[in-house]
Amino acid sequence: MFGYYLELALRSLKRNRVLTVLMVVAISVGIGASMTTMTVMYLLSGDPLPGRSSHLYYPQLDAETGKSMVRSHPADLLDYISARDLWSGHKATRQTMVAGAIVKLQPEQSSKRPMMIEALATTSDFFPMFDVPFKYGAGWRPEDEEARARVAVIDADLNRHLFGGANSVGQTIRIDGNDLRIVGVLDKWRPSPRFYSIAGGHAAADTSDFYKPPQGVMMPLPTALDAQSQFDWFNCWGDVDLKHMDAAKCEWVGLWVQLDSPAQRTAYREYLAHYDAEQRALGRFDHAPNIRMMSLMEWLDFSRVVPQDVQLQTWLAFGFLAICICNTVGLLLVKFLGRSGEIGIRRAMGASRRDIFMQCLVEAGTVGAVGGLGGLLLSWVGLWLVRQQKVAYADLATLDPGMLVLTLMLAIGASMAAGLLPAIRASRVPPALQIKVT
Amino acid sequence: MDILPILSTLRRHKITATLLILQVALTCAIVCNAVFLIAQRMERMHMTSGVAEQELVRVRLASIGGTSEEKYPRDSEDVALLRQIPGVTEVASVNEVPFGNESNNTGIKTDPNQKKSALNATTYYGTHIAETLGVQLAAGRNLRSDEYVDLNVVTSALSKGDDKALPKSIVITQAVADRLWPGQNPLGKPIYFDKTPLYVVGVLKDLVRPAIWNDAYAKYSLIMPVRVADGQYLIRTVPEDRDRVLKAAVEKLKAADPNRVILKKDTMEDIRARFFQDDRAMTGLLVGVCVALLVVTALGIVGLGSFWVAQRRRQIGVRRALGATRADILRYFQTENFLLATMGIGLGMVLAYGINLFLMVHYELPRMPGFYLPIGALALWTVGQVAVLGPAMRASEVPPVVATRAA
Repeated sequence: MFGYYLELALRSLKRNRVLTVLMVVAISVGIGASMTTMTVMYLLSGDPLPGRSSHLYYPQLDAETGKSMVRSHPADLLDYISARDLWSGHKATRQTMVAGAIVKLQPEQSSKRPMMIEALATTSDFFPMFDVPFKYGAGWRPEDEEARARVAVIDADLNRHLFGGANSVGQTIRIDGNDLRIVGVLDKWRPSPRFYSIAGGHAAADTSDFYKPPQGVMMPLPTALDAQSQFDWFNCWGDVDLKHMDAAKCEWVGLWVQLDSPAQRTAYREYLAHYDAEQRALGRFDHAPNIRMMSLMEWLDFSRVVPQDVQLQTWLAFGFLAICICNTVGLLLVKFLGRSGEIGIRRAMGASRRDIFMQCLVEAGTVGAVGGLGGLLLSWVGLWLVRQQKVAYADLATLDPGMLVLTLMLAIGASMAAGLLPAIRASRVPPALQIKVT
Repeated sequence: MDILPILSTLRRHKITATLLILQVALTCAIVCNAVFLIAQRMERMHMTSGVAEQELVRVRLASIGGTSEEKYPRDSEDVALLRQIPGVTEVASVNEVPFGNESNNTGIKTDPNQKKSALNATTYYGTHIAETLGVQLAAGRNLRSDEYVDLNVVTSALSKGDDKALPKSIVITQAVADRLWPGQNPLGKPIYFDKTPLYVVGVLKDLVRPAIWNDAYAKYSLIMPVRVADGQYLIRTVPEDRDRVLKAAVEKLKAADPNRVILKKDTMEDIRARFFQDDRAMTGLLVGVCVALLVVTALGIVGLGSFWVAQRRRQIGVRRALGATRADILRYFQTENFLLATMGIGLGMVLAYGINLFLMVHYELPRMPGFYLPIGALALWTVGQVAVLGPAMRASEVPPVVATRAA
């Protein structure tokens, strides 16, 4: 029966070419627009570390002194003293400090020019904790931090730029005037967003920079402190010497901890509260406790990392799709009812209501399938357009296999839904009356 | 034109008519909000900067580090070098540039005992910065060279609580003056940074901040008599010399020390374009969506219209045979479309208001002014009339003889 319905559908669609093209174009454009924006939304709002994110927590406190008012939220980053104290307490399964910096890289080859690149000053747990993939070598060991060893891990892009992609473990790179020995080269790693260094999101107008790729160079935090690297800082108070950030009254270090069980989480919260109280007793903090510990996803949510323009575009696209569907329902309705005569004759010749209904639905589904294919093509074009934009997440916008299936399902589902009402109406066409009139 | 017969006909096509109304309503609601968003972005993109945008170029070197004893003399040498370039009228070594996206900001007070700062403003530093930027004075004077203090001296004086070494004067924008002392003469009034007062000596008509979180505070800028050596140079020249001067500046700085990294070399126009690039992209997208929506709706009306005409060929023939003119038939379909569009627009306005409320709550957008609603209405009426014209013309061409034929 399905084959027969399909044949009827195709014949009917051929009869009104303009109308068919109109419906297919409307569905394609609607699907294309909503799939493009939905793919971007999906890629930007997903979990950067599936399976692990629920074990990762972000302890925060407020170390700023001399304020007349306590902030409504703790600071987005910690001062170095608090971060180091909590980190060296080793109260979690794993813990790591992270701080961004801009460093000067001087390639040894004279043909390559010196350049300023983003670097990450961190600690050895960073790599196992965030499941960072290595192509060559591995991360540094905890001893290297204590020894303030001059070691570094570089990413695949920098390795390609400096060493042509070869195994560069054991080679040196010159960062801020210091020679660092490469101990590891990362494999392709592109978390979305760059979750471990996010600060200031909840107040930012544009959050697209949170989707930058990971920093090209990673080095032990103590080593970077020795090199007096130019760290990114978030907030400073009092007299600030940016060359000695370990003592500076600045918020610039993030602390991530891995806590595997609810008991561990409770214990860490208590530890944090205890540390805060202790520092107040020592006179280093001067206001009421303002502490918090969010999970990775809670922190991303709180920081509102998904850019508002992207959300707005998604709403817009779905509004668009709604109008396109409205359009298609209207067109299908007039089309089916325009064939009342034909339907009446079929009914008189013994076709049941169900037959007519199914026939109409197959026709609507065919329009949907073709529209879906068109929509797929358009979302491919749409994502290409997104990639041409100058935003940090541009390279992430690629067609996702899951999204591909979803597109087709959405298209067929949408046009079936659009075909439902017209099909019901058509199946109610009474047989006798139609014969009488025509 | 009598609309009652039209309404009674429409009552027999309830579902189709409802669908068309719904489509017009949705389109109207989205177009109203999209046009409002476009207008907002356009307004933002046309924000004035208060500086001579056509005459400025910027070179930014990577911070070279080193002690203050090394940095400041080197900075003076660089400025002297840049001044030698033919066509250069002013050079300033600055900490930040308008629309540059990187900024120093600080809370200021009008009374040292205030608990909360009165407003948050950006602080521009650098000798000759006002002259180089080409900002215009509304009152008072610009800062004099002898008022300037090195940034490192300021920092160490602050830590020692030594007020004597700190600068005494400050230049503010009219926006800051209006906010701090509405209706009063700001000249000579003190502004407190924590406990330290600086006295207003000049008021600028306009000077935009480097980074803008909230457009309402975009003009809260201060110029302080602080000398910096950050390796960021603003150079003023005539518009047609900008490219040449920029090239010459980079060459001069490289010649002075080939090891330095040039982070940025651009014109003020480039900086502005980069600052608003997201707004431009979004505006383009919204315009595209509006056009696409109106086209889809127009095609829908053409499709429905054609079918209705085909369905009613006999009635039209009968009406023609009974004496209706072609113009009557034409007007019938036009009126029908107008009625449907009007109902859609009515519903669309309510929807538009709802969408605006949603955007206000979730995206901190302002309330949409009422005059955007007629814009959407006008667009939909026009689209409806244009779209229905084809089918209506075909209807008017139905000959009266159709009535005599068996259907």
